[in-house]
Amino acid sequence: MAEMPLRVLIVDDEAPARRRLRELLDDCTAALPIAVVGEAQNGREALDLLQSAPAELVLTDIHMPDMDGIELARHLLKVPHPPVVIFTTAFHEHALAAFEVNAVDYLVKPVRVQRLLAALQKVPRLRPVMADRISHLPASARRFLSVTERSRVVLVPVDDIVYLKAELKYITIRTPQREYLLEESLTRLEQEFGTRFVRVHRNCLVARDYIRGFERRVNDDGDAHWEVLLDGVNESLPVSRRQQFVVREIGREALNNQAA
Amino acid sequence: MQGIIRQKPELPALPDLRNLGTILRILLAVNGAALVVALARAPRLAQVIGEWVSLTGFVEPHLLADLAVLWLLYPPLAKLPYGLATLSIAGITVAIAAAVHVPVIYASSLDAESLLRQVLFALAAQYLLLAYFRLRARALSPAITEARLQALQARIRPHFLFNSINAVLSLVRREPQRAETALEDMAELFRVLMRDNRDLTPLADEVELCRQYLDLEKLRLGDRLDVDWNVKSMPGDAMVPPLMLQPLLENAVYHGIEPSSERGTVSINIFMSRDEVHVLLKNPYRATGGSHHSGNKMALANVRERLALHFDAEASLDSRVNRDSYEVHIRVPYRGAKARSSEAERREPVLKPVERGSVPRNERSRVGLTVAALPYPEVSRG
Repeated sequence: MAEMPLRVLIVDDEAPARRRLRELLDDCTAALPIAVVGEAQNGREALDLLQSAPAELVLTDIHMPDMDGIELARHLLKVPHPPVVIFTTAFHEHALAAFEVNAVDYLVKPVRVQRLLAALQKVPRLRPVMADRISHLPASARRFLSVTERSRVVLVPVDDIVYLKAELKYITIRTPQREYLLEESLTRLEQEFGTRFVRVHRNCLVARDYIRGFERRVNDDGDAHWEVLLDGVNESLPVSRRQQFVVREIGREALNNQAA
Repeated sequence: MQGIIRQKPELPALPDLRNLGTILRILLAVNGAALVVALARAPRLAQVIGEWVSLTGFVEPHLLADLAVLWLLYPPLAKLPYGLATLSIAGITVAIAAAVHVPVIYASSLDAESLLRQVLFALAAQYLLLAYFRLRARALSPAITEARLQALQARIRPHFLFNSINAVLSLVRREPQRAETALEDMAELFRVLMRDNRDLTPLADEVELCRQYLDLEKLRLGDRLDVDWNVKSMPGDAMVPPLMLQPLLENAVYHGIEPSSERGTVSINIFMSRDEVHVLLKNPYRATGGSHHSGNKMALANVRERLALHFDAEASLDSRVNRDSYEVHIRVPYRGAKARSSEAERREPVLKPVERGSVPRNERSRVGLTVAALPYPEVSRG
């Protein structure tokens, strides 16, 4: 009976940890055919790799530079055939408690070969990453937003985002280069990113870093309102009457910064 | 001698009469007492200052001479039993009162009674101060236990322990010799971490511990971690609180190196200047606002508190955030190895021979003076 090997991707920022996992996976091949499709140093590399070499299982560390394991799992939800994700972690009290509660699979480093094998044998029965479970993990704000374009996952660095604007079913992400469409809730994004964005309108969050200034405009019918002037894009956005206080708030901050 | 706090708090002991904190407290107390006397004696509030100035004019020569003599005689005094030491100090005080005031009595028209009054005032002040210092030492003796507990808490993050074990495991099959060295380093590190860390240790030992720690981190992080040691001119025999640097280096790696996939350098610069040991630690830092840097303030506060317990006002720890780096500056008074406790001597030496005392002391003092002159404003990380 020629079983198809289980395709595994290893994600860890520490080379020795990746090497150790590879050794352990080798040890498991006697009991279970395994093919390691690759190794990645962080979540971002992992996503790149997975576009060309799909895997059924991703073994990922949690703490990693550029993109951590939990953020990786969130982006993997958007991959056409999402893999099963098992986290490997050295020690992470709080996260582990949350993992238990949400029945997210994890292995504790150093990993024992028996534990690894048991986890691998479970994989075909496991469902891919579950949105609701992942969303309850104690994650820090994402560094990227991910959108699906022609069945590929495209990462948009949060640092590049000028504004987020809700339109009907989608949110438009505006970067200096182009626009993307995102299917998420503006309120959730506002909560996740805290002070990075400021709400200027019921349907619009603007990145503080891209605000160049404000301008008072008078319509043809004599109504006056504020507009946000932006860096990086040649556009301006209206500030709603309800959010007018942000004009004064940001103005004051700018003055304080100048003084300091 | 272990700073202003004695090692055996159950035995009453003299305060460290060479410690800046002690001397400041004495000066403040005596002048404060003079102010109270002035308040009581002056018929009008406006005259209090005048009265105070004339009183201090009377008190100060005596006080300063007394402090200077005690500063000189402190080492032999500290060896006497407490009762004998206090009596000797009383004797010194009376002798100085006589020496300072007899000429004054002859020169001016003051009577001999003023000498008696002066002596009584000085003895009363001295008794009260000694009682105060004894009470203070007693109050702080739980604090020194606390310092030990804090040293326990300053111990390595479990995160580091498990990742290191994992890294060693990855070496076992292919590079058994490197695995051996790594395990030996870990054993050394944990031996220090698990011992009673109440006593001061030689700086060279602490530096050696840090080297072993950073070697282990390098095993894990590979090229991402560069370490720049600049300790050629450090006084290896200076006595410092144990685990003064290691927790800060652990922070430097955790916050400065691990969050980035790029190469980063942790630099350590230790030098001597004007009888003080300066330690400058620097690591790259990017403000990302992630959850990765909680816990940093805890390690800083921990080390700062232990420095204060051992050295009072004579040591300091400042940190500051620059555009892309983070710096910690520690200043401790130079206390040579002669003050080393018996506990430290019993321990196995872990020094590299080249590092201890290879540079003559006067040369050490010259190194890094310009750096030491830089101001280090206290900046908290927001």
